[in-house]
Amino acid sequence: MDWGGIFNNAAGWIISPTTIAYALAATGLAVHFGYAGLLNFGVAGFMAIGAYSYAISILSFGLPWWVGILIGMVGATVFALILGIPTLRLRADYLAIVTIAAAEIVRLLFTSTVFDEWTNSADGLGGYHAGFREANPLPPGEYGFGPWVYSSDGWWVRLFGLILLAIAVFIVWAVMRSPWGRVLKGIREDEDAVRSLGKNVFSYKMQALVLGGIFGGFGGVVLALPSAVVPATYMTSLTFYIWTILLLGGAATVFGPAVGALIFWVVMALLDGILPGLAAAGILPISAIQAGVLRYVFVGIALMLLVIFRPQGIFGNKRELTFVK
Amino acid sequence: MGSTTVHARAIAPWLTALLGALLAVAMLFTASPAQAAPGDDQEQTPYYFGGVITFEGEPVAGVTMSIEGNGFNAETETDAEGRWRLYVPEKEEYVLTVDENTLPDGVIVDPEQLPEGIAPRSGTTASFDVEFGLTGSKIVNLFLGEGERVTTSFFDQFVERLINGLNFGLLLALASIGLSLIYGTTGLTNFAHAELVTFGAVAALVFALPLSMPMWLAVPLSVIAGMLVGYLLDLVMWRPLKRKGLGIIQLMIVTIGLSLALRYTFQFFMGGNTVQLPGAGSPKIPLFGAVSLSPVAMISMAISIVVIVAVALWLLYSRMGKATRAISDNPELASASGINVERVVRVVWMLSAALAALAGILWGYFRPGVRWDMGVHILLLIFAAVILGGLGTAFGALIGAIIVGVLVEVSSLWIAADLKYVGALAVLIIVLLIRPQGILGRRERIG
Repeated sequence: MDWGGIFNNAAGWIISPTTIAYALAATGLAVHFGYAGLLNFGVAGFMAIGAYSYAISILSFGLPWWVGILIGMVGATVFALILGIPTLRLRADYLAIVTIAAAEIVRLLFTSTVFDEWTNSADGLGGYHAGFREANPLPPGEYGFGPWVYSSDGWWVRLFGLILLAIAVFIVWAVMRSPWGRVLKGIREDEDAVRSLGKNVFSYKMQALVLGGIFGGFGGVVLALPSAVVPATYMTSLTFYIWTILLLGGAATVFGPAVGALIFWVVMALLDGILPGLAAAGILPISAIQAGVLRYVFVGIALMLLVIFRPQGIFGNKRELTFVK
Repeated sequence: MGSTTVHARAIAPWLTALLGALLAVAMLFTASPAQAAPGDDQEQTPYYFGGVITFEGEPVAGVTMSIEGNGFNAETETDAEGRWRLYVPEKEEYVLTVDENTLPDGVIVDPEQLPEGIAPRSGTTASFDVEFGLTGSKIVNLFLGEGERVTTSFFDQFVERLINGLNFGLLLALASIGLSLIYGTTGLTNFAHAELVTFGAVAALVFALPLSMPMWLAVPLSVIAGMLVGYLLDLVMWRPLKRKGLGIIQLMIVTIGLSLALRYTFQFFMGGNTVQLPGAGSPKIPLFGAVSLSPVAMISMAISIVVIVAVALWLLYSRMGKATRAISDNPELASASGINVERVVRVVWMLSAALAALAGILWGYFRPGVRWDMGVHILLLIFAAVILGGLGTAFGALIGAIIVGVLVEVSSLWIAADLKYVGALAVLIIVLLIRPQGILGRRERIG
């Protein structure tokens, strides 16, 4: 087995745009679930809206790339408002089902041939990179060290993604130690108690849903930046991976989601190298394709074990349990 | 045009401007195709059909014409002189269709004035079989006249979709009742229900193909296998986890993990391809009009109805069924009055998994085909059905499922087929807006 190649590949995932995108989405989910106690299962929908807003504003409307990101923020905000108005007054598991359904509606609308002119249906969108790459302040060429050697464009995507992630993490840190954050945590623990103090619980939940939704939209944008936007990416399983990442790092933590995303993708890359290797060496009696599928079985098992045995995640505080009632 | 503007000026200056702009736009749109020869919008081949559409001696512009046949289809519009031309790749027979929605109101292609040798296809007034003569072009001039449209027998289409929808709704009901019973007795939203559905179909496939059992034996065996899975899941997971003190939300996320693990386990063993159950492609038997139904669909509906009635009777009259409903109503009170809640919950898990397995087999015939992620495709429709009927009420789930099934199938008459699930999911959200407790639910459940 080529251990050097496997570790090289896994190390590359530490700062891959995908990892950063998942970290952003998981940070948004931390605001939703970790701090506000909202069971949002529509993360994939927020990401899809961010990614498509970015791509469509550039391709169909010829807007500059940074306006595309702003439109992605607006799109995520509108989606959060549409989701929140009917469901935030209802019980938690209703929110779960409605958000998952809404995310599927979003995906089906982007997949449908009805809006082919703008979305290019199932084939997805590509070729919107020119504006973003023109804004690249880095000198051209290929540089880096060890396993992290990328082109100037590759570094620009990573740098930009990390800046967005840093902003998101900073906002979460700053906001959650403010009075606003304390009210939010109070709502998570006991909604009625907060309401009896005269706070507008609905409004706080809505603000949290919008804030986390915008981070989710950023995640979609970063996922779209280096390559293409394909609707099949935004299935419900994407949402479940983000949940696994969040619970891995710790739901009510500032850095947990980012570290969770890093661990998730590095482990996935290691398994992606090791399992087919074991299969090829005849140690595991499976085919290479089966070895690829086996990784996702492990994700499911990991999610179950995490929730059962360490619901606070790696960095979480047992006293600040996020599974109330 | 000049007189129109002069006349309009007398009414209001802004209206003039508006009308002028509209006319200019209209001119732009009608003028440009008039310059070009008909058929310029298509790939040119040596063979084409062409002609003129006229109504009372005047050419009709903007009529959509389409041609289909031999795996080819194309579409065009008549120009300002009513001319159209459709290129085809081969000198073969094709079906030419005039989109009646683009004709003037109350007007059809006059069957009295059709070119020699051309007649409308049966059941339509605007589709024709056309073929070439000796040359590579064929002129089909169409004259319009007042007449009654026969729109591909809309009623028959509607009835067929309705029956299909009923079939779909009944199989959804099997799965929904199980999900709803679990929710009612344990409060758990079970995302792994989709995998219990897939399991039924996969088990039937294993019994029917490698073990080459007849379907009448494979189906009950798969349902029993499903029941066993329900028993095992309660034995090794749900009951121990409940005793460990896991909350409802935690358990819900455990079901998501279980769903992922099981789903990819199916893919691990059967790969990514779709496999047909025996008898899936059986020919349809015509019933009445243009409505036809395959024998598998009829048997499927019969099985669903029998099983649903049996479950309903069980819930209403058996001791265990009554206990189930009592727990759904108030678990503490049920427990206090001597009902063994854990035992009932175990039976409900077995029943739920068995119903899901049966639904999976029927879904395998309806789709058609067995695939590793087939259950996930209908999971949200099952949720929609359960919420529409009222979370935790078994009879509500039945009504909700039939409404969702019929809605999905019938709505595709009007909306694009790849959006047909969107309607059902939108209903889910709208129901939560206006009546969150569902049709049969009670207000308190939404807390």
